[in-house]
Amino acid sequence: MHLGHAHTHHGAVSADAHRPDGTRRALRVGLGGPVGSGKTATVAALCRALRDTLSLAVVTNDIYTREDAEFLLREAVLPPERIRAVETGACPHTAIRDDISANLEAVEELEDAVGPLDLILVESGGDNLTATFSKGLVDAQIFVIDVAGGDDIPRKGGPGVTTADLLVVNKTDLAPHVGSDLERMARDAKEQRGELPVLFTSLRSAEGVGPVADWVGARLAAWTA
Amino acid sequence: MDRVSLRATARIAADADGGLPLLVSDGPLALRRTRAPEPYTRVTVVGAMSAPLGGDRLAIETSVRAGARLLVDSAAATLALPGRSADPAAYDVRIDVADDGVLRWLPEQVVSVDGSHLRARTTVELAPTARLVLREEQVLGRHGEPPGTLTTRLTVRRAGRPLLDQELSSGPGAPGGWDGGAVLGGHRATGQLLVVEPAFAEKPVETRLLGEHAVIAPLAGPAALVTAVAPDALALRRLLDTALAALAPF
Amino acid sequence: MRTGTRSALLVLADGRFPAGGHAHSGGAEAAVKAGRIKDADDLEAFCRGRLHTTGLTSAGLAAGAAHGLDPHALDAAADARTPSPALRAAARRLGRQLMRAARAAWPDPGLDALAAAFPRGAHQPVVLGAAARAAGLGPEDAAHCAAYETVGGPATAVVRLLGLDPYRATAVLARLAPDMDRVAERAAAAAGEGVDALPAASAPLLDLTAEQHATWPVRLFAS
Repeated sequence: MHLGHAHTHHGAVSADAHRPDGTRRALRVGLGGPVGSGKTATVAALCRALRDTLSLAVVTNDIYTREDAEFLLREAVLPPERIRAVETGACPHTAIRDDISANLEAVEELEDAVGPLDLILVESGGDNLTATFSKGLVDAQIFVIDVAGGDDIPRKGGPGVTTADLLVVNKTDLAPHVGSDLERMARDAKEQRGELPVLFTSLRSAEGVGPVADWVGARLAAWTA
Repeated sequence: MDRVSLRATARIAADADGGLPLLVSDGPLALRRTRAPEPYTRVTVVGAMSAPLGGDRLAIETSVRAGARLLVDSAAATLALPGRSADPAAYDVRIDVADDGVLRWLPEQVVSVDGSHLRARTTVELAPTARLVLREEQVLGRHGEPPGTLTTRLTVRRAGRPLLDQELSSGPGAPGGWDGGAVLGGHRATGQLLVVEPAFAEKPVETRLLGEHAVIAPLAGPAALVTAVAPDALALRRLLDTALAALAPF
Repeated sequence: MRTGTRSALLVLADGRFPAGGHAHSGGAEAAVKAGRIKDADDLEAFCRGRLHTTGLTSAGLAAGAAHGLDPHALDAAADARTPSPALRAAARRLGRQLMRAARAAWPDPGLDALAAAFPRGAHQPVVLGAAARAAGLGPEDAAHCAAYETVGGPATAVVRLLGLDPYRATAVLARLAPDMDRVAERAAAAAGEGVDALPAASAPLLDLTAEQHATWPVRLFAS
């Protein structure tokens, strides 16, 4: 990478912390995880929790174009100009990991159009347990699983569960109904992740996303420090 | 229809006062001044029915001078026919439209007859304030017959810059895949309608789909292009007429 | 012609080169939906037609850029050869994405200048030719790369869209190799004669269906 050119010309180097005009760019946080674990609901809840204090935008990577973006638009969690959908050619994990160029275009266009921004949430399309974000695209990533997907997911590991900066175990309110053992999930996660944090959430109440929002806030404080 | 290959160049020039300082027929290309709706001057190409044959080189040169309004059409379709020569026939249309000039170029179809080989080339130079409506239609074979080989190139420059450059080849002598799902997909008629209107620079045409088989789309310059495919010449003309009415230019 | 390295060509032509191509079907998604691609034979006819039309045109533009022709003239020529606004937008977007990857791979003042001259992106084939030049490759290499992309994209997309046997899709590409060579050779020869001599082969159905595809609310590919 030729960092020397990055400040003088448009969009040269992906992970550079500064924009072409020399200002610090927004913190980019990726949210990945299996289909149905509540990624989009988490994004929506984070937007509601943070939008009054931060300048926010969202990039979605759907398997089918724009579905998640349209959910966020319908829920009116952010004005439409702050939500972009990236088309992924049926391979959302490629767009967030192997060829991140379309996502980088999207985050830069958002900063150009509605910036300056504090935070951009990049949501992966629901794919599988191996999908993780490139470090060239995001500064931190959250992996969202849920108790209904099986309480053995943390034990099975995989790059998302093992290496994500934050593991969110969602839908804890369903645990009694689906026979998932939350304590076992916590133990297995600890085994896989060591000191990396794990949060258990239920988004049925508005405050449910609070711990995740606090974690994002701490990352942002470190980013702007 | 045995005859030797021929070369012919017909010439038209139109003036702002409605006059035609140049109206020169040549060989099979007979030009007639015909009755026109105000304020146009109209020239009709007649008698090109049996041409071009293989080896023929035909050309029409048209100059629309400053402020002139010219309508050019033809009395019948142009049939590309096989000739004794193995060489392809060539049909060159060269057009220039000066400032404030208006040209409506609305000839009948080119029909690519089985065994024929025609290269048709249309080159248009437009001054910055010139306006143009230009229609091109290709019919691949007479009804129920296979097509000949046809290559058409349309090059339009405006104010010295390229505005549109398109070439389409079809028939047995064309490169492979011309009848596949990317190019013509079994359609036996295809055509374009180009409208160049300087006012589109301020107010571009919006993309509009005309059913499954045609689209009106803005070009990168002040112009709109209709692209259409159809099963036959009649259906194609209906699509292009609909598009022309929708664009409703000058 | 500069002496290119064959391996640099492989890097540039690799489907894993991170320049955004994986999200584009080259018109195949629309053709599948319209029933024009149902099997490997249809895919071959589609790819062959695309190769000899937009493929030849793209290869000419790429060869021209690799040859060092004026990028502004090439970009204007690309606009004139792309009547579909959806395809112009896709070409500029892909041009930007390719520029990002190319500048990381082959830092070069020529690429920097092209990026500065076209902040909204130059047409992808123009960037491809400039990238080839930066990589030490020649016009025919750039043309080969453009020709291969023209058919590789739809073939990969159809494997995903139809579940087509990937061996049959790869066999289609292999059968097209002689055509790709001819297209690249012709494109490079034209580029040696200047911008006005570049091919302008076009495909009515690709232009038409690109606009239809752009209106779909649900689709897998960006184009």
